[in-house]
Amino acid sequence: MDQAFDLPGLYPVLPEIALVGGAMALLMLAAFGGARAAGASNWLAIVVLGLAAVLVVATGTGKYEAFAGSFVLDDFARFMKIVTLVGSAAAILLAQESVGDQARGQYEYSVLILLSTAGMMVMISAADLIALYLGLELMSLALYVIAASERDSLRSSEAGLKYFVLGALSSGMLLYGSSLVYGFSGTVGFAGIARALAGGDSGIGLTIGLVFIFAGLCFKVSAVPFHMWTPDVYEGAPTYVTAFFAAAPKVAAMAVFMRTATNAFAPIVVQWQQIIVFVAIASMALGAFAAIGQTNIKRLMAYSSIGHMGFALVGLSAATPEGLQGVAIYMAIYMAMTLGAFACILAMRRADGAVEQIADLAGLARRSPTVAFFLAMLLFSLAGIPPLAGFFAKFYVFLAAIKAGLYALAVIGVITSVIGAYYYLLIIKVMYFDEPAPAFEPMRGELRMVLGVSGLFVLLFFIYPRPVVEAAALAAKSLF
Amino acid sequence: MLQAYLPILIFIAVALIMGGVVILAGRVLGPHRPDSAKLSPYECGFEAFEDARMKFDVRYYLVAILFIIFDLEIAFLFPWAVALNEIGMFGFVSMMVFLGILTVGFIYEWKKGALEWE
Amino acid sequence: MTLAALFFYGFASVCVASAFMVIAARNPVHSVLFLILAFVNAAGLFILAGAEFLAMILVVVYVGAVAVLFLFVVMMLDVDFAELRRGSLTYLPVGALVGVVLLVELVLALGSWVVTGGVTRNLAAPTPPLATLTNTEALGLVLYTRYVYFFQIAGIVLLVAMIGAIVLTLRHKPKVKRQIVADQVRRTKASAIEVRQVRPGQGL
Repeated sequence: MDQAFDLPGLYPVLPEIALVGGAMALLMLAAFGGARAAGASNWLAIVVLGLAAVLVVATGTGKYEAFAGSFVLDDFARFMKIVTLVGSAAAILLAQESVGDQARGQYEYSVLILLSTAGMMVMISAADLIALYLGLELMSLALYVIAASERDSLRSSEAGLKYFVLGALSSGMLLYGSSLVYGFSGTVGFAGIARALAGGDSGIGLTIGLVFIFAGLCFKVSAVPFHMWTPDVYEGAPTYVTAFFAAAPKVAAMAVFMRTATNAFAPIVVQWQQIIVFVAIASMALGAFAAIGQTNIKRLMAYSSIGHMGFALVGLSAATPEGLQGVAIYMAIYMAMTLGAFACILAMRRADGAVEQIADLAGLARRSPTVAFFLAMLLFSLAGIPPLAGFFAKFYVFLAAIKAGLYALAVIGVITSVIGAYYYLLIIKVMYFDEPAPAFEPMRGELRMVLGVSGLFVLLFFIYPRPVVEAAALAAKSLF
Repeated sequence: MLQAYLPILIFIAVALIMGGVVILAGRVLGPHRPDSAKLSPYECGFEAFEDARMKFDVRYYLVAILFIIFDLEIAFLFPWAVALNEIGMFGFVSMMVFLGILTVGFIYEWKKGALEWE
Repeated sequence: MTLAALFFYGFASVCVASAFMVIAARNPVHSVLFLILAFVNAAGLFILAGAEFLAMILVVVYVGAVAVLFLFVVMMLDVDFAELRRGSLTYLPVGALVGVVLLVELVLALGSWVVTGGVTRNLAAPTPPLATLTNTEALGLVLYTRYVYFFQIAGIVLLVAMIGAIVLTLRHKPKVKRQIVADQVRRTKASAIEVRQVRPGQGL
């Protein structure tokens, strides 16, 4: 029997324990405390997320393992966990509903976000297939519920159901792949799988298992050809839920993708590189072309996120520390841009309810110049125009691709990013040059805060990029 | 080990034979005069008004799914009970934590009124 | 051993046939009943493979609870399944193609499967032989200590499922009168009866 678990051994898992414990305490507090406690639940949840972030930082540097190697906390996990926690906290801020929407502001929303974030942390730290799967399920199960949380809206229910059915399918593929990998390598631990692959007595089974695992993970990051749920779910789910979907879960799924690819399947890098290159090209192309015809801004953001996942995967396909550093930077910057853009989308609200057509943004520059300016900057950044943060994000991944000899991939990436710029610029044109549409209601304080922070991050990144770039470099190095 | 399942095997065989024999006997021995009127729905002499299927309240579903969750919890309790002597204090505490998590959920559903029938 | 092989093929063929009937049956209630049959046969296969505990859990959880929930939903929903299923045959070629591809991959993969020395060396916790330890005990020995992390995450997943079920389906009806026993007990003559003088010809 190995019962060598003492409490100090739990030290690296403290952030996760804090999240889950905080979520349960919040649930009890809100259930017993009545309306006032329920009203404060969003702020308390942000406090819990902050506490978890502090605990992650407090572990310092270096690599810790727990639970017989199923859980690993290294610099990569720290970087991704901080990004994820910030994304979740911002999503809760965005969800702070105005007084008129009190019915929607159920306290379960923040509890589910906390539990879902705990799932993401488990995923990011997963060093074996079981932890990966359980983390993924914990995250997704909470996401399915909050996608359908607006019960009186047919579209929200439809979004939740669609997401659930397709998500279950992808989990099935992941499990199928995992069982093949287990059968052929005799272990679920990433290190053991890598040993078995390096030993060479793997056969075709491990490759097929790899394909299925990657298919399941591609679904979670919504990369082509497993993207079909994204536009419908983004459009149907309540906007503040969509903002959450676009940010933190993508980061966590990309993180687990990176760790699986580099740790478990490193010996067959040539084989998975082909898959990732194909998926990256398809995602970039679809993101660029399919977004052009959209009139609904949430659908547009869905295609935009598909495209961005393609760009991030360019870095992964390089399979070098520089490439993974690029992906880490890309995910951090992508999250800032997306959350800022969604703060603006959430502010698109008139007296008779929320609107989400691009045409509704017409003449925003004359109605509220500051918001229009920030949104324009975010869109320029999403398009990848220098000197904004989005440019650097693309720069690092393309540079890594070129260094790894993937010239064609880098060229296709640049071309699709130019095509993709068209629809971002179209929105800016609508905002600045079209006849004004009726004005929106004034923007809530929390939305202003998120928009301001992300806007400034995007604008000023080029002045002092060192902290993010260096942290990402450390993170990427710890994977190899 | 498989010998231990012999009674179940015999049981299945007897069940199959019994079921088969009864159906067959009905077929062979009973009068067999099919008639379309015998198959038509009968509702006090009128044509049927509506489908026999009707919407149930979604609360039945809630009760059923809460039952399944606790059913799964029980599934975790079996191996624990069998191995409790070997796994010591750590195993005991780990099950208590697990039960604690589910108890939080149970208190929540109680306070929410999910167990009340209205 | 031939008897075991015979039972294996028996269980397996009934399992596949009833799985097919799940999607082919016209009546959705029959589909669910076939699903139960498939579960029971899968449990039989588990027993043949020596996984007794899994077999029992399959019967308790899947047949006893999940399938009953399915029956519930099928009977509860006021859906015309024949209408729903119309046109689903047009997807058959695509579905069949995917199925065949999966089958070919599985055959390819399993065709090359050999338990090499590397595999047995890699095993985290080898299964103890059934003669010394029952399935249930072997699971109990590792599940709560070595794999405590996964065990607790499973608990949290169940918690999320609980919250989710309540968030998505619980809806309190307004103006429902409930029996509150404490209030009934607390009721006294003084609080329940009021004596009034009624004057003739005036009423109350």
